[in-house]
Amino acid sequence: MLNYVASRVVQTAFVLLVISFIAFLLVANIGDPLAALLSADATVTERAELVARLGLDQPLLARFLHFLGNLLQGDFGLSYRTQDPVSQLILERMPATIELAFVSLLITIAVGVPAGIYCGVNPNSYFGRFIMLISTAGITLPNFVVGLLLIAVFSVQLGLLPSFGRGDVVQIGFWSTGLLSVSGWRAILLPAATLSTFQVAFIIRMLRTQLMEVGQSEHIRFARARGLSEARIWYVYAIKNTLLPVITMLGLQLGNIIAFSVVTENVFAWPGLGSLFLQSIQAADIPVIAIYLIFVGVVFMVINLVVELLYPVVDARVLRRQS
Amino acid sequence: MSLLFSKLKRQLMLGVFTAAIAAPFAGSAAHAADFKFAGPLDAYTLDPHAVSNTLIFAVLANVYEPLVRRDAEQKLEPALATDWKQIDDTTWEFNLRKDVKFSNGNPFTADDVLFSLTRGQAGGIKANLNSIASVEKVDDFKVRFTTRAVNPILPNQLTNWFIMDKEWAEANNAVQPGAANNATETFANRNAMGTGPYVIKERDPGVKTVFASNPNWWDKKTGNIDNATFFVIANPSTRVSALISGEVDMIDGVPPQDADRIEKDPKLHVKAGPDLRTIYIQPDVARDSLIFGSEKAKNPFKELKVRQAMEIAVDSGAIQKRIMRNFSVPVGLPIGKEVNGFDETLGAPVKPDLDKAKALMKEAGYEDGFSVTLDCTNDRFMNDEATCLAVAASLARINIKVEPRAQPTAKWATQVNPPEYNTSLAMLGYSPNTYDAHIFLTSIAATRDPKSGLGAFNIGGYSNPEVDKLIDAIGKETDQEKRSGLIKDAFRLIKADAAFIPLHQLNILWGVKDNVTVVQPADLAYPLRYFTVK
Repeated sequence: MLNYVASRVVQTAFVLLVISFIAFLLVANIGDPLAALLSADATVTERAELVARLGLDQPLLARFLHFLGNLLQGDFGLSYRTQDPVSQLILERMPATIELAFVSLLITIAVGVPAGIYCGVNPNSYFGRFIMLISTAGITLPNFVVGLLLIAVFSVQLGLLPSFGRGDVVQIGFWSTGLLSVSGWRAILLPAATLSTFQVAFIIRMLRTQLMEVGQSEHIRFARARGLSEARIWYVYAIKNTLLPVITMLGLQLGNIIAFSVVTENVFAWPGLGSLFLQSIQAADIPVIAIYLIFVGVVFMVINLVVELLYPVVDARVLRRQS
Repeated sequence: MSLLFSKLKRQLMLGVFTAAIAAPFAGSAAHAADFKFAGPLDAYTLDPHAVSNTLIFAVLANVYEPLVRRDAEQKLEPALATDWKQIDDTTWEFNLRKDVKFSNGNPFTADDVLFSLTRGQAGGIKANLNSIASVEKVDDFKVRFTTRAVNPILPNQLTNWFIMDKEWAEANNAVQPGAANNATETFANRNAMGTGPYVIKERDPGVKTVFASNPNWWDKKTGNIDNATFFVIANPSTRVSALISGEVDMIDGVPPQDADRIEKDPKLHVKAGPDLRTIYIQPDVARDSLIFGSEKAKNPFKELKVRQAMEIAVDSGAIQKRIMRNFSVPVGLPIGKEVNGFDETLGAPVKPDLDKAKALMKEAGYEDGFSVTLDCTNDRFMNDEATCLAVAASLARINIKVEPRAQPTAKWATQVNPPEYNTSLAMLGYSPNTYDAHIFLTSIAATRDPKSGLGAFNIGGYSNPEVDKLIDAIGKETDQEKRSGLIKDAFRLIKADAAFIPLHQLNILWGVKDNVTVVQPADLAYPLRYFTVK
């Protein structure tokens, strides 16, 4: 077991190193931060001074090693754009993104799981077909279209919910939460719903297929032959076999939501990491973009690592295969 | 169920809202108002000396003050200085306003001016203060600036140089201006201490900035805004939605295609005014061949006739109507109408004349044309990419096959900006923040000189010794009338050389609620002290 854990951790560390190098290479070619930093009538001398101060005149490898060295010491550098420490920028924006991901996950579970079960149990009912039709729209419509539609209906036409921002936030230590105020909940509903449309549709389709398959399996047929009630068959025996892959998928999707809420955050001016990322790209703010990409890498790697470490717990055969 | 609940709540809120509106009428006549507005971008920093950036100045001018400021008509007026005069060729004397206090209660004196000059000259705004060699404190309320050369427009150059409280900066370890890659961030990056009409009550960078009235301000506001909140909403559709749904009172950066939607709303209107920024096309006349084009043996842009043909082939009127939906003003010079030195006759838009343009191309020996790449941005100005395509289409009519290459500004700038100037033909924009033509002449029309910094943003490498002489003379001329004459002479030469093909001056587009009165300066500022909510 220890061997297994160690090998996974070493692999993760190696992949992270590669990710940070790729992130660094990407952003080193993204554009010119000088355009944003220098005034329109700066002289060539001023320009040269700034290039030297930012270390842009050093060879690429030297810059990467310097960057990596600082990274390992916990120094993530200063943003070119706002001149704030990058770690502070990320920490400030992270709660908004995580809360958004969390609420959208809640919506996904609250809507997607019951609807999926209904469709799986009654695949040929009219209502089940209707849900499937809607879910096709949820899978095909791009996120920003869903967001703008929701704004047009709920903010502009009905005036029920705010179209942008996060409402009032309460500061608990370093964490700023919008989940303790009414305006915060009002503000999170539309972006969270937008972000969850794809997930909901995805879970519905997945649950339906799984349930229909399980419905044909031997143990269900056997249960039916024994004369158990339909409700007991579906909701106790069939669901047990379908929930495990669903939970795994939801976990992996959570990483996706945290990392790629960029579009939704932009539409709703949600002050999270996605908005920070876009603002940084516009200004070619290399330190922030690099750290953000590495952060996304870390999120994915950690989630993958946890899943991989959980495999042997669920299925002991994984370990046996190793030895 | 939840819908019902929200509806009920909305009614409740409406009730509160009505009460809030009714209250001021019941009370005193002067009613203070709250104001919410949104724009696409945030000021990068609150440090007034760290970066020279229009948006930073736009936000900070509500909190910090310069010695000389601009009024609602954009004329110079006294702010922290009460009066000023040029006492000899290189010396300007400023009398400072007495009894002014910073919002922490510290008195404003000459020491703060001296401190802010040192701080500014160490920071990113140093180019704006370049002409000042030194400053001398005569007494607590009188300072003398020594300029490096004769400088007749020093007051114009000081409107974006904000005075910071020296004691506050020293107490909070903010003596050095913020700069990328400094070891630590400075306190002034997120906090402000000025003498202006507002103080910053709350700031969440990139999200919102809350301004509150400064009760001890020395001057009177003509508007009635007490509390103002500036939100950053990057997505233009959301910004428009936030205005229509009534969540904000004003938005900056209305997309031209959404202007109709706002005008149709009975409670809203679009306020369009001239932007100081002028968009122009500049061909590379420095190199001997086209680096991005078909002509490798000879650079066709060195032919005056080719440039003249291009000038009359581009139809800025059509661009105004079809691309800009009338939210632009075609001009005949690369500076706008608001800029000191603009001449009505020279600045009249060029009339397109296709036949003459074709004839000129024939005379120049390029009847069959050539091909060239036009470098443009796609995220910098209103409809910049569409304008770029329209210019390409115009030039195709005289057989110049233009390949438009539109890129994000950050990418575009690495290629086009100094020191590389890697372009054969570029679409550019310039906003002379002193409202004076001289800054355009020195940084864009002068022959490039890396040592002195002259012509640093002369992307096409235009060079005319006569113009250089005039630029030098304009810099030294203290008689305003003679100076205007010299500026006119310079622009006459520039126009005759056709090395800059002016397109238009942009409009600033704000969407505003009908009960709000605003002042919209051409330099993109938000002067809240003039805003009124009825």
